[in-house]
Amino acid sequence: MTQDNKKDPVTGIETTGHKWDGIEELNTPAPRWWLMVFLVTVIWAIGYWVVYPAWPTLSGDGERGGTVGAKEWTQYTQLEESQKEIIQRKQAYLNRFEMASLEDISMTPDLFAFALAGGKSAFKDNCATCHGSGGAGAKGYPNLNDDDWIWGGSLAEIQTSIAYGIRSDHADTRYSEMPAFADILDRKDIITLADYVIAKQAQRPTSSLGGDLYAENCAICHGVDAAGIRDFGAPNLKDAIWFYGDSRDEIISQISNPKHGMMPAWEPRLDLNTIKQLTIYVHSLGGGE
Amino acid sequence: MAEPVISDDKQNTLFEKQSKVFPKRVWGTFRKVKWIVMLVTLSIYYLTPFIRYDRGPHAPDQAVLIDMTSSRAYFFFIEIWPQEVYYLTGLLILAAISLFLVTSLFGRIWCGYACPQTVWTDLFVWVERFVQGDRVARLKLKQAPWSLNKIAKLALTHSLWIFIGMVTGGAWVFYFNDAPTLLEQIIHFNVSIDVLGWIAALTASTYVMAGFAREQVCKYMCPYARFQSAMFDNDSLIIGYDSGRGEKRGKYKKGSSWDDRGHCVDCTACVQVCPVGIDIRDGLQMECIACGLCIDACDNIMTKLELPKGLIRYDSAAGLADSTTGEKVRLLRPRTLLYVAALAIVGALILYGLINRSLLELHVLHDRNPLYVQLSDGSVRNGYDIKILNKARLDKDYSVTVSGVPDAAIKVQSAGQITPDALPVFGDSIGHFRIFITGAKQDAARVPLTFELTDKDTGLTVTYKSVFASRSND
Repeated sequence: MTQDNKKDPVTGIETTGHKWDGIEELNTPAPRWWLMVFLVTVIWAIGYWVVYPAWPTLSGDGERGGTVGAKEWTQYTQLEESQKEIIQRKQAYLNRFEMASLEDISMTPDLFAFALAGGKSAFKDNCATCHGSGGAGAKGYPNLNDDDWIWGGSLAEIQTSIAYGIRSDHADTRYSEMPAFADILDRKDIITLADYVIAKQAQRPTSSLGGDLYAENCAICHGVDAAGIRDFGAPNLKDAIWFYGDSRDEIISQISNPKHGMMPAWEPRLDLNTIKQLTIYVHSLGGGE
Repeated sequence: MAEPVISDDKQNTLFEKQSKVFPKRVWGTFRKVKWIVMLVTLSIYYLTPFIRYDRGPHAPDQAVLIDMTSSRAYFFFIEIWPQEVYYLTGLLILAAISLFLVTSLFGRIWCGYACPQTVWTDLFVWVERFVQGDRVARLKLKQAPWSLNKIAKLALTHSLWIFIGMVTGGAWVFYFNDAPTLLEQIIHFNVSIDVLGWIAALTASTYVMAGFAREQVCKYMCPYARFQSAMFDNDSLIIGYDSGRGEKRGKYKKGSSWDDRGHCVDCTACVQVCPVGIDIRDGLQMECIACGLCIDACDNIMTKLELPKGLIRYDSAAGLADSTTGEKVRLLRPRTLLYVAALAIVGALILYGLINRSLLELHVLHDRNPLYVQLSDGSVRNGYDIKILNKARLDKDYSVTVSGVPDAAIKVQSAGQITPDALPVFGDSIGHFRIFITGAKQDAARVPLTFELTDKDTGLTVTYKSVFASRSND
């Protein structure tokens, strides 16, 4: 302290010597309790350095490049530990779940609940991107809640679709391809066919030319009664659900140059238990057969 | 340049440093009442968890219990679920209005006699006196240099305080667990860290609040002490010094005349016994908790001087201003009648709610994603999560029906074969079901759909209004 520090005449407190517009700054120190708390935090910090990883190091010693700390704690080990705990909790169900058939799981309340919980979360991680978080799909992405199944809606059929995919690169994939009738029929016939299926679905009288064209070109896959044939992945044309849109233009376009969706095979990416959980979950959405 | 002037007035400071109060011992009517109230309130606090109340085979038999793990609260014949916490709100409103009523009638008698802060402080002061002696001895001990005797006395005082604190915290946890079981566990030092934590926290708070903070709690922390002044009027019962009779005060020499002077002999007995450290002769003060100890102290002196009692007394401000009227406190005033009416209404509402409390509750949550599902035959399906609250202690089967959509089909999505006419729910628990309603596409995007749930044994029926969606929007 210099001799220059004057005392404020009113309060008797030393001034810092700083002066603005005739107002002098008093040298009021922080309260004692505040200082003590501050010192305690400093001491606490030293303990923290010893126990936890705190300082980065140039050499990169320590697991991730830094001091390791007495506890050898890292976020990674913490994550591993908490995941281990989750797996342990799951294990109580998983042993039975692994052995049980899909039908048995559906009939056993606790395994069913386990499958729904796991399936729901796996669905949001893997399936919601295309099918929507509620499984409601979109144009070209099937709605999994409804009762219209192109490849079948039984537990086994759903599991096959999930495991091997549709038009995927898996050897066992489900596969179908509708020819582009723009190359086979002329446009007038295609329009006649479109009108035929629209009328058929709406249960209105159909044209005989449309009937002939249908029998000749479509019935082999979609069935004589247009109810679809699941073995070929040929959709039901009589029901109220149109996969690629229900307008006349969309139907004409689909006959002329069909779109073909692709679903990846999940067997290489997910373990069997997750696929089973997903199967049960999708089956439970309301349309399961 | 003029020098700034800073006032020396201490009133300008925002906080007064606490100076410890050393209340002197006193005998008398109000002291007796205080001992009795302390005995009663502490007994209620410590013994209530041990009262048993038979609720049948699968229910706890503790009369007053807040069961956090299974989220139920019990109070004798009342049992509430977390959804019914409004009963607790009602109870708090009831307590608040009762407090208002009592305050406008009798002043701060809650503060003076029944408030836990007062009761425990009184107990702690008693301990202090028991170990260290009365006011003068305690003051002396405080000023005395450190000695073995001082250390021993202080150590004993604080140990006893902490012991009382532990017993206080120990009793608290009994309200949340089966008391006899927990007592046995505590005796065997076999308790969870939660229980220990609560006991420790309440030990600490009792020790600090009743041992050190004391009247500071009433002065600075308690909101009620602050807003009570809004409830006082000239007819409220307060403790007051009859200045008309007491002044002009002064020392009294035995045998001299009482003419030309007041009855107050300035003995300061009223000040010495005051637990909040005020001089009641300065008039009604915010700090006064209306405990009546100064009345006892003054009455004792008046008796010795062979003067009438009541120089300090319970009276209204009006009565104190003019003691000649002899008019007693008016109990029936618009204010008190209003409080009584409010009390009656809230009480009746709670009672009505409790008497008509349904043992069955239904909640229906309509799916939002997807809002509806188009089915292949042209019909539409909606999904619902329904929750059935079975508050009876019996396992029940319920049947669910819907109205609002003609020919609607109900399906229960579950493991096994559960049908809508037999939804099983265990006693005292919540049944959760997934329900699909399928019906024809409706004209409106959303039509009202009412769920009706029937207890198959008793025929008890509850309904819930939901919607059936056929399209995304209108």
